[in-house]
Amino acid sequence: MIKDITLGQYFPGESVIHRIDPRVKIILTLAYIVMLFVAKGPIGYGICLAALIYMIAVSKISLRIILRSMKPLLFIIVFTAILNMFYIPGRILVEFWILRITYEGIETAIYMALRIAMLISGTFVLLTYTTSPIMLTDGIEHLLNPLKKLKFPVHELAMMMTIALRFIPTLIEETDKIMSAQKARGADFESGNLINRARALVPILVPLFISAFRRADELAVAMECRCYRGSVGRTRLKVLKMQPLDYIAICVSLVLCVSIILSAVM
Amino acid sequence: MSTIIEARSLTYTYGVGTPFEHTALDNVSFRIEEGEFVGIIGHTGSGKSTLVQMLNGLVTPSSGEVYFRDKNIHDKDYKLRDMRFKVGLVFQYPEYQLFEETVYRDIAFGPKNMGLSESEIDDRVREAARFTGIREEQLEKSPFELSGGQKRRVAIAGVLAMRPEVLILDEPTSGLDPRGRERILELIKSYHRERGTTVLFVTHSMEDIARTVERLIVLNESKLVLDDIPENVFLKADFLDSIGLDVPQITKVFMLLSEKYGINIPTSVYTVKYAKKIVDELMAKGEIK
Repeated sequence: MIKDITLGQYFPGESVIHRIDPRVKIILTLAYIVMLFVAKGPIGYGICLAALIYMIAVSKISLRIILRSMKPLLFIIVFTAILNMFYIPGRILVEFWILRITYEGIETAIYMALRIAMLISGTFVLLTYTTSPIMLTDGIEHLLNPLKKLKFPVHELAMMMTIALRFIPTLIEETDKIMSAQKARGADFESGNLINRARALVPILVPLFISAFRRADELAVAMECRCYRGSVGRTRLKVLKMQPLDYIAICVSLVLCVSIILSAVM
Repeated sequence: MSTIIEARSLTYTYGVGTPFEHTALDNVSFRIEEGEFVGIIGHTGSGKSTLVQMLNGLVTPSSGEVYFRDKNIHDKDYKLRDMRFKVGLVFQYPEYQLFEETVYRDIAFGPKNMGLSESEIDDRVREAARFTGIREEQLEKSPFELSGGQKRRVAIAGVLAMRPEVLILDEPTSGLDPRGRERILELIKSYHRERGTTVLFVTHSMEDIARTVERLIVLNESKLVLDDIPENVFLKADFLDSIGLDVPQITKVFMLLSEKYGINIPTSVYTVKYAKKIVDELMAKGEIK
C-alpha cells in the first residue's frame, strides 16, 4: 500500500526531456509555473496545454501514471472548481434557491481546474519523473552557487537533499518490511479507536528509527573512510555542461513565454 | 498425514504498468504435509521471500490461491489474523523488528495479540526462551543490549511463543558467524523434533539445508524447478550449478571421487555423517585404504 506512492518518483528514460540539463529544467519549470498564472484566455491556456501535451508525448511517460499522480489532489481541483463556479458574479445561467451559476463562474472554474491540473502534471513531467534525484540536487546546487558568497552552505544543503532523497525509497521499503513482520505476529493497524491505532504504530516506529540512525551512522563512517570533507576542493564525475539541446529548449520556451504574455496583455 | 498448506499456481507481479514491472513468482504450486521439514532454496531474487509472505497472507498473489487446512485464505470471511498465529513467519534479519523495552515483553508481543491470559503468556514466553537458549536474567534486559546472534534468537522466540502449527523461517542464518548459524540450525531442528511442528526453511545456502531438511523445493527465476528429497536434488549438481546454486562440499568431493578416480560410490551423499558411514563400509570391505 505504501508502495503506491508515485510522488517524487523517477522514471528512467532517454527522451529529449530526460536529456535536458537539470539547471535548465528547474528554471523552465519555474517559468512554466509563472506562465500558468500569467496566462489569460484560450490562447494563453492553449499554448500552455500544447506545450504540456508535447512534453508528455516526448517524455514517453504513460498517461496512466500522470493521471494517477493527480489522484490525491483531485479533491482540491474539484473543490476549487465548484467554489469558483458559485461565487463568481456575472451573467446568470441557472438560479436555484441561494445558489446561482454564472457563465463567468463556469469559465473561471474550468480555467482554475485546468491550471491546477497542468501545474501538477507539468512539474511532474518536467522535473520529478524525468530527472534523477541526483541530477536534480546537482542542478539546485549549481543554481544556488551565488549564495556561497554570503557564506550559505550550498554544498552541504545539496548533499543533505541528495541523501534524504536517496533514502526515501529505502525507508519506505523498510517500513513495509517492519509492518509485515509485526503483522505476522498479529499486530493490528486497521481497527480500534484513534488512541489504539496510534499505540499500534509503536512497534513500527521504534525499529524504523533505530534502523534510520544505524544507517546514518554507517553512511557517515563510509563517507569519512572515503575522506569526504564537504565541498572544499571537491570535483565532480559528471560536470554539468550546456548542450545545443538546452539552448534550443530555452529559445523555444522564451518564444512561448513572450506569446503567452502578449496574449494576456492584449 | 494431511496437507496443511497448499499453494495453487501462485503468481505475483510487481509494479504493473510501470517501467519497473517484474514477475516475482510464476505459477508455483506445491503441498506441504503436516509435520514435514521442507527447505525452500533459490538464488537471490528467485522469489523465495515473496512466496513465504503469501503463505501467511501478507502478500496477496496476483493470481492463484493459498489453502491452509483446505480453506482458501483469500476468502472474504476468512480470519487471516487468526491464521497468522498458526503460520508463524520469521522474517529475514528479524532482529530489526525488536521494539519493546525488555526481551520478555518483545517475546510476549505475539501471544498478547492472540488475547491469551497473563499466565498463559508467561508460560509461552519462558518456553520459547528456553528453546532459543535465552537465559532467565536476559529476559529483563533491553533487547538492544544483546549481541546480534542473541537478538536474532529473541526474534525467533517471539514467533515460537505463538506456538504456530507451521513455522516458516526466511534465511534465519544469514549474516551470522559459523557458531551462530550452528546454534540457530540446532534450535530449529530440536524444535521440530520435540514439537513435531511443520517447518519451512528458506535459504540460499545448500550447506545449511543439506543436513536439516527432508524435502527440498528449488526456485529459479520465479519458477519452481525441483521438488524432491535432498538425495535426488543433489544428484542434479550440474543443473543446480547452472541456476547459481551450489551442492554441499561433501557431495562435490564424492562426485569428484566417482568421476575422476572411478571409485564406485554414490554421488547423492550430502552429509558428512553419511559420507563417513560409506567410507567406513568401503574400508571394511577393503576397497579403499
